[in-house]
Amino acid sequence: MTDDILAQIDEQVKKHPILIYMKGTPSFPMCGFSAATIQVFDSLGVPYETVDVLENPAIREGIKRYSNWPTIPQVYINGEFIGGCDIIREMHAKGELEPLVRAALNR
Amino acid sequence: MATGVEPITAEEIRARILEALPDAQVEVRDFTGGGDHYEAVVVSASFAGKSRVARHRLVYGALQDAMAQRIHALALKTLTPEEVRAEAETAGLGKTHTL
Repeated sequence: MTDDILAQIDEQVKKHPILIYMKGTPSFPMCGFSAATIQVFDSLGVPYETVDVLENPAIREGIKRYSNWPTIPQVYINGEFIGGCDIIREMHAKGELEPLVRAALNR
Repeated sequence: MATGVEPITAEEIRARILEALPDAQVEVRDFTGGGDHYEAVVVSASFAGKSRVARHRLVYGALQDAMAQRIHALALKTLTPEEVRAEAETAGLGKTHTL
């Protein structure tokens, strides 16, 4: 059962160039860290997909095991775990995020 | 979030990180004063050559069970001593932090 969740997550992160697991939705984020992460991607003006973990408790727990990362939000680019809110903001501040995002979307 | 669990203090977070990374300089701030939103700046030579994800995992690893049950929110910044110096040198251009 739990392996099904990990397989489901694996499929999700590989399907979307940019996938953000968050609390709430981009229009109604339910946590400041999720909101800040969405803000970064919106400022880049790029398309992304999100999964609301509050809607799915199994994914909320599963995603932490999938990435060995204890917090949400979690950002995946081309199936690779990139980081949480702090890392995304830091990469954005240093100009490292946009090239990564553009490359992912151009694939 | 577990209920009935003692909230963690900034000092306890700091002590746990130091246990795992004895060389580190650690500064923990309680954002709201309510014991539920913390920010930690951790400076350690052991971060050298490690990705941001690997650095954060080291810190989260030190907090393990607390991370799952007693810490509601923890913003993290992980730097090597060299990076702190480099940041200080370019302080006029970017934002500085308190360590």
